[in-house]
Amino acid sequence: MNLLIKGGRVIDPSQNIDAIMDVVVEKGLVKEIGAELTVPAGAKVIDATGKYVVPGLIDMHVHLRDPGLEYKEDIVSGTRAAAAGGFTSVCCMPNTKPVIDNKAIVSYIINKAKHEGFCNVFPVGNITYGMHGERMAEMGELKEAGCVAVSDDGKPVSNSELMRRALEYARGIGILVISHAEELDLVGAGVMNEGLTSTELGLKGIPRVAEDIATAREVMLAEYTNSPIHIAHVSTFGSVRIIREAKARGVRVTCETAPHYFTLTDDAVRGYDTNAKMNPPLREAADVAAIKEGLKDGTIDCIATDHAPHHLDEKDVEFNEAMNGIIGLETSLPLSLRLVEDGVLTLNQLVDKMSVNPSNILVLNRGSLKAGSIADITVIDPAVQWTVEKEKLASKSKNSPFLGWNVQGRASATVLAGKIVYSV
Amino acid sequence: MAEFKHKDIIALRDLNKEEIELLLSTAESMREINSREIKKVPTLRGRTIINLFYEASTRTRTSFEIAGKRLSADTVNITTASSSATKGETLADTALNLLAMKPDIIVMRHAVSGSHYFLSEKLPSCSIINAGDGAHEHPSQGLLDMLTMKDKFGRLDGLKVAIVGDITHSRVARSNIQGLTKMGSAVFLAGPPTMMPPGVERLGNVTVCDSMKEAIQDADVVMMLRIQQERQGKTLMPNTREYSRYFGLNPENVKLAKPDAMVMHPGPINRGVEMSSCVVDGDQSWILKQVENGVAVRMAMLYHVCGGELE
Repeated sequence: MNLLIKGGRVIDPSQNIDAIMDVVVEKGLVKEIGAELTVPAGAKVIDATGKYVVPGLIDMHVHLRDPGLEYKEDIVSGTRAAAAGGFTSVCCMPNTKPVIDNKAIVSYIINKAKHEGFCNVFPVGNITYGMHGERMAEMGELKEAGCVAVSDDGKPVSNSELMRRALEYARGIGILVISHAEELDLVGAGVMNEGLTSTELGLKGIPRVAEDIATAREVMLAEYTNSPIHIAHVSTFGSVRIIREAKARGVRVTCETAPHYFTLTDDAVRGYDTNAKMNPPLREAADVAAIKEGLKDGTIDCIATDHAPHHLDEKDVEFNEAMNGIIGLETSLPLSLRLVEDGVLTLNQLVDKMSVNPSNILVLNRGSLKAGSIADITVIDPAVQWTVEKEKLASKSKNSPFLGWNVQGRASATVLAGKIVYSV
Repeated sequence: MAEFKHKDIIALRDLNKEEIELLLSTAESMREINSREIKKVPTLRGRTIINLFYEASTRTRTSFEIAGKRLSADTVNITTASSSATKGETLADTALNLLAMKPDIIVMRHAVSGSHYFLSEKLPSCSIINAGDGAHEHPSQGLLDMLTMKDKFGRLDGLKVAIVGDITHSRVARSNIQGLTKMGSAVFLAGPPTMMPPGVERLGNVTVCDSMKEAIQDADVVMMLRIQQERQGKTLMPNTREYSRYFGLNPENVKLAKPDAMVMHPGPINRGVEMSSCVVDGDQSWILKQVENGVAVRMAMLYHVCGGELE
């Protein structure tokens, strides 16, 4: 099917384009972009007047919970939520049941996504076999099967020698290592950020330094082994500073943060709201400011959601007992657009963080509207105001601290290889 | 007279000065009942109180039970050993099952901070009283401590209260900080920095001291906290011997406080650790008076959440 996306504000950092243009899609590829193009015969037309037209958004940190934990989410519901949030690609994390440490599981995910999914799914395999943190998984086979990175997300690789070797080995294979940076001894039994709020609520705190130390180790190992590393879900001002300094020295480090880390502080935990419980935990105002600064100055490369669906029964419990994590696919775009509204990022930079950079870091061959590119395109209505409501979320799980929030902006159409997979 | 409008009493943080004063003055009048030969009034006749204890307790549970019985309520005790918690039932399910039996008040102790708010949300028609939640609050203890101080000094305003020990893990300290600050006292904290939670000085009129000496110097009240090794893990101090040397109250350092200072402890005491025995049993000790006041304070709490009137 051919497609014309007409009269939108096309923002494509890969070509330095920010102008009112039309986009013509043919056979799943971008054929042409330009002003006032003629409608190809038989093409469907999307009127994008007043909308942004950007390379399809990419969320490089999503938990699809499939296989094994389908009561929380599965590939169908998760990719439907992704498409509704404007994402054409997601990377799924390997803390599934079983974990993604072998070819069979990778193939299962890719096949199911291809036949039943609503967006591209790029699996992230495990760094270690069984995610036990003891010996390396078969990264070569994982890459051949289709994994775009390896990570033991949810758990750090505590053994520094193993992490060093994993970085070296992965460099040889040509696969990126994504680190869940956390020093577990310092985390202990903590359930929220350590600070005034944890003191007042009497909840055991997780100090920032638990993340900072792990981030520093990863940066030093990456520097020592001359290997690339990507730090997941950065939440502290210390981590931002460590990564900024490392980048300035030329260390091959990239990183991401999540919308909740630049939108909320640990004040959201007051009332013992288990939907404000995640790992790393919500931090304090100084951290939020540093995260924004890091996004602005380029220290933080990507915005990823760490979409972590959990069943109501796993959240409707005492605070200490509640599972870590929140869903994010359907709220990421409006929350991130606030950064543009607040002058933290330009629209161009936002598209970098949500499409171009993740594509480049993971070599996904996306993130561009150049002629000949795969036609993964997101059309964004920046003006629409809406309320985040449980009943209207596509995700199977509803564990969001943003329920009831009035937000602005959302995807009005999501186009996957030329096919409309979502439209309002 | 102030009115008490809360369904629950979960934290002194949630109460204002007038409400705390009301609870304390009601407790004072309840004491008269406790000194009678027949220690029973019909105030809460026909009411059902469930004491739901997910953590061990002797003093608090007994005190709440006696308080309920003296007001003629029917009291039922559930401790973890005999509840479904051991069979894996969730707190929410336990709560709903108990609710089906239509209690008026649930008095709960639970290891997880904030679980009473969770319970209250599930049980809109039942009053919840917190008998201790994790390291959050222990409001009945805070109230009985304040009542005891008031007994001695006739006021709370302007008192210097030293609290010494593991502040991080102490719900008693938090309730006292919240209550005393509202009542006009100044709280001075001492303990190893490993046991001092960040930001605690911002919870009210609170000063974090570098040494025990600084905290108890000229204090009107010296409140010692129990060292709870079961909650602490192993990294906060070398051992109780060294702890006792720097943060134990003994006949020597107690002299730093005002001559008529009162010495308090929420119990149970580790004799020879946070307090030497001769201070526990000495003239300045108000520890057993605290326990006595506990019954009156809990009667006042039960009475006010029921919204009844004194006969």
